Amino acid sequence: MRIKCPLCGDRDSREFTPMGHETYMNRPDDEGWSPAWDNYLHLRDNPAGVTRELWYHGAGCTSWLRVERDTVTHDILRVELASDAKRGNA
Amino acid sequence: MRIEGKGRIDVSTPVKFSFDGQGYTGFKGDTLASALLASGVKLVGRSFKYHRPRGVLTAGSEEPNAMVEIGRGAAQVPNVRATVQEIYDGLDAYSQNRMGPLAYDLLSVNDLFPNFLSAGFYYKTFMWPRAFWEKLYEPVIRRAAGLGSLSGKHNPDHYEKAFAHCDILVIGSGPTGLMAALTAALGGADVILCEESNEFGGRLLSEDEEIDGQPGAEWVASMLDALRDTGRVRLMSRTTVTGAYDQGTYGALERVGLHVNGPAELPKECFWRINARQAVLAAGALERPLAFPMNDRPGIMMASAVRSYLHRYGVAAGRKVTLFATNDDAHRTALDLMANGVEIAGVVDARPDANAQGDYPFFAGAEVITTKGRKALTEITIRHNGSEQKIATDCLAMSGGWNPTLHMTCHMNSRPVWNEEIAGFVPADDAVPGLIPAGACKGTYSTAGCLAEGVEAAKQALSALGGKTPEVEIPQASDAVGGSKPLWLVSGKGRAWLDFANDVTSKDIKLAAQEAFTSVEHMKRYTTQGMAPDQGKNSNIGALAILADATGRAIPETGTTTYRPPYVPVSISALGAGAQGKGFAPERFTTSHDASIERGAPMITAGLWYRPSYFPRPGETTWRQSCDREVNMTRSAVGICDVSTLGKIDIQGPDAGAFLDFVYTNMFSTLKVGRVRYGLMLREDGHVMDDGTTARLGESHYVMTTTTAAAGEVMKHLDFVQQCLRPDLNVRFISVTEQWAQFSVVGPKSRDLLNGLLDAPIDNDSFPYMGCGEVSVMGVRGRLFRISFSGEHAYEIAVPSRYGEALYRQLVTQAETLGGGAYGMEALNVMRVEKGFITHSEIDGRVVPFDIGMDRMVSAKKMCIGKPATLREGLKETDRPQLVGLKPVGAVKELTAGARLFSAGADATRVNVEGYTTSVGFSPSLGHFIGLGFLKDGPNRMGEVVKMVDHVRKVETTVEVCSPVFLDPEGEKLRG
Amino acid sequence: MVKLLAKSPVEGLVPLEINGLTLTESGLGPVTSVAPYAGQEAAASGALKALIGAEMPSPNRSTGREGARVIWTGAGQAMVVGADVDASLAQHAALTDQSDAWVTFRLQGQGVEDVLARLTPLDLNPGVFKTGHAARSQLGHMNAVFLKVAADAFEIMIFRSMARTAVHEFEIAMKAVAARAALS
Repeated sequence: MRIKCPLCGDRDSREFTPMGHETYMNRPDDEGWSPAWDNYLHLRDNPAGVTRELWYHGAGCTSWLRVERDTVTHDILRVELASDAKRGNA
Repeated sequence: MRIEGKGRIDVSTPVKFSFDGQGYTGFKGDTLASALLASGVKLVGRSFKYHRPRGVLTAGSEEPNAMVEIGRGAAQVPNVRATVQEIYDGLDAYSQNRMGPLAYDLLSVNDLFPNFLSAGFYYKTFMWPRAFWEKLYEPVIRRAAGLGSLSGKHNPDHYEKAFAHCDILVIGSGPTGLMAALTAALGGADVILCEESNEFGGRLLSEDEEIDGQPGAEWVASMLDALRDTGRVRLMSRTTVTGAYDQGTYGALERVGLHVNGPAELPKECFWRINARQAVLAAGALERPLAFPMNDRPGIMMASAVRSYLHRYGVAAGRKVTLFATNDDAHRTALDLMANGVEIAGVVDARPDANAQGDYPFFAGAEVITTKGRKALTEITIRHNGSEQKIATDCLAMSGGWNPTLHMTCHMNSRPVWNEEIAGFVPADDAVPGLIPAGACKGTYSTAGCLAEGVEAAKQALSALGGKTPEVEIPQASDAVGGSKPLWLVSGKGRAWLDFANDVTSKDIKLAAQEAFTSVEHMKRYTTQGMAPDQGKNSNIGALAILADATGRAIPETGTTTYRPPYVPVSISALGAGAQGKGFAPERFTTSHDASIERGAPMITAGLWYRPSYFPRPGETTWRQSCDREVNMTRSAVGICDVSTLGKIDIQGPDAGAFLDFVYTNMFSTLKVGRVRYGLMLREDGHVMDDGTTARLGESHYVMTTTTAAAGEVMKHLDFVQQCLRPDLNVRFISVTEQWAQFSVVGPKSRDLLNGLLDAPIDNDSFPYMGCGEVSVMGVRGRLFRISFSGEHAYEIAVPSRYGEALYRQLVTQAETLGGGAYGMEALNVMRVEKGFITHSEIDGRVVPFDIGMDRMVSAKKMCIGKPATLREGLKETDRPQLVGLKPVGAVKELTAGARLFSAGADATRVNVEGYTTSVGFSPSLGHFIGLGFLKDGPNRMGEVVKMVDHVRKVETTVEVCSPVFLDPEGEKLRG
Repeated sequence: MVKLLAKSPVEGLVPLEINGLTLTESGLGPVTSVAPYAGQEAAASGALKALIGAEMPSPNRSTGREGARVIWTGAGQAMVVGADVDASLAQHAALTDQSDAWVTFRLQGQGVEDVLARLTPLDLNPGVFKTGHAARSQLGHMNAVFLKVAADAFEIMIFRSMARTAVHEFEIAMKAVAARAALS
């Protein structure tokens, strides 16, 4: 498997580690424990098809990436810097 | 039998090798199989279950019979296909799966009772008594049924892994692959051409065939020159592409040093990861055996293999050859052999309308119905025009047509498609993204068609890469496709083998169908059809055709089993190359490593780091003596310890304080410059991730320390927080773990010692407890932190790593003059347990701040990572196990880590567990064992006597629950 | 007073020469990481250019020449190698001394890419990775910075503590490549 890092270019999967769904970027605002926090921490879909995940290019530029990929075909459809996505620049 | 002047072997270079201890001579360029056949050796192995005599069937990596062991001793390699192994001087090969000499295998008695060993035999027979399985049945069966054996020793040979990158990978170098590679290179692509054999050319080296008026082999040579001239083609021979993976990644196994007696540094094999933007699959096709009664005797071979041995190795596979086929290949084989003076005893063609193509005894519409010859073929019986006829022969060449080698196209879940015209499976469209099948592996069998498809596939790949497509002239070649009529099973008495390697016969398939294993996947597992090292390359199609017939279904409806990587067996040594011994993980050494070794310290690992365990002095015979002395020495004078392995992260920027406030539970934006604070870091689920001190070096400059174990994880976490959660914060950070060599200087004489080395002395005002700042140490700019992990008056001094070793030696020497010295991890651990300081033994991922008495460190004034989750129901219940100290009060004085805690009167069973111990040590300061642990409602049970039981080490100790701080609870020493 | 002596992490381990390929250490000169603050990228680059004559490199590139080079080393980060960085740059970027954090190897000779192909998943084909190109990747299991400094030479930066492992891995790969070369 290979991922095209927006900074480093096309790289072998061994340089990356996955974290999970992009939900982790959207931390709830609630000060205390709430259903939103429960959702954020624990509840995930398991789609057969297109999903967006966070991957860490730890053995490369140390960027966190938002990777859109298809869990059925393994196609990688889009890769962007998570910081850009978070700022809304993506 | 060698035919003079024939073949591509180098007859000027004889090669001596041995097989089963007997010496033979072959020539450079021979495989073990060709050299043995040339020497008249037909019996090369015994079959898996029935121990039937077996000979060479094929001339390639699909060989199911001729598997041998190479070498003896630690480097012994089993299951090597003699058809792939090239000979070299000193090659030492052995037949396998036999008991006693190969010719008189004692286990061939199995062959007399074939009905006992049919499909499902083990499942049916060895069900009960259950207890017999492990002790009796399995060892006996494994002894009898098996292939080669391992030495059981570490393999001393060198193997390697490597990476390669190209625009277009071409798999196979027959007519299709050569044309594809040339077209791709002329189109400007960087090309890798992989060929499984030692020579490029594929079947062209094994046939008497012309291209552009040149003999095939000469055309191949001219093509290789043309490929080299482009400067764009990397030619990789002896390299089998074994698997297709996501995004154009291919695995390939190269036999680097298996064909020579090379030096130790020469890798035996290399496992390549090839990253290709596009690929052309030109893997060709494999000839299909015929299933007729007693078709497994030595001397019965594939027709294509007989031609390979003739044209490539100059070997006649027999003196009196017969042929059995469903297509023109039998005739071609007969003609080629006759042209080289070999007698043809008969050509048996299953097609009634076939005609003889030469002057040989010919039988149209005929079938071979049985064979004779115990250790080698002596006779066949044919059925022709309703009568039977015997023919004396020592070699029967068979051909049931061809199967496209489409395995790679199925590696990403695609299923092949049945093509009625060629009576075979062909690859589905777009089976693997970026992999374009061409030529015989796509069902195109004529040489002319292959040449054209090679060009076309390369053009398609070039277009996909956005490049130009060159005009390439397609050479003239034969357009004969060798039409074949399927013949799946010849009826008659006796067993007809399908899977030679696993001894599966047509009867086994029918039995499976009869017993309702009608799905092809079930049939495979029930009969073990296709599960041998050849993975059914020879037999799968035949087996499923028989299954289709037995279940009254068509072949496409029956379907095929899944082809998975690897295409050929890949040795674990190659897959795991570089990861043996020291290659498993990097070793990290501190700057004080050599100095510690010189002082006799045994080293222990902490993550990848090596750290000294203790420093034995003359007269000390146990580690405990050294450890006790180091603790006493440090608490009474001064001790030195290398703490460079702790993670250090340099954090700068206008929002550095705000960032730290967000990742730590407590406040750092309010920390004064020149001061240090202990911080607690949580995961978002509210559990403790790590802890450590962070120093504020400047208004917008901090340096964080992490534990040794979690340094990498914390860095990743900080990157996550900044990039994914708070890119609005203007903060930058970088690891400085390696930049600074840092040493703790611990004990009442620590300041005296430092003042002997610092260029400007310090005092309690300039460096109070939890103070920090820059210092000059022996002319070098360093940093000093007054922090303590021992409860003593202590410092950590850091200098750039290049000075680390020199400073450490100075510190230890000075300490020794003050009555102190170096201490190791054991003493460090005892001193921190005495003070109740936690490590990852305590914060093991299951612990929330409440559990370690740090609930109040979660600031109410701000948000931080993990804070909402700490407020979850149940995370502040008093019956959670919480941190306590433990000391022995009964007759047994020993404490162990990992033991369970029980109420004094309770049985030591799982349901009664109330806690566990995490860290223990013998405190020389207190004169007894002390421990830390977690106990339900612990803080409210001080003084209670409970029971510690270590079921593994068989220790039971009565302990008293106490404060986790055993020494100096007021912290007076720290501030001294 | 005695002075503290500096020591290289590869003292006694390099140079290595195997079949025409050499592995040496590229000195103990200054290395400073430069990470421009938000919105300060252009200012930092300009200031760097004024100070040492080389600007901030774009990803996977380096600027300057031997003696004062700026190497891209990751997201929003470069390292100035071989020249001291004036503190005035700190108003635009986080500066961190990294001089002792790394050991810099120089691997040089014909077929240098063949040795590195055994150690890194990077595509170092000459047509792809050219002189002046830089990359973050792995050498074996170790994080590394790769810089191509000449047609037949690379500089590879590895964390100091792993220097011995790095030499060990280089040596095995160099010997294996040499043994292959002897085959033909």
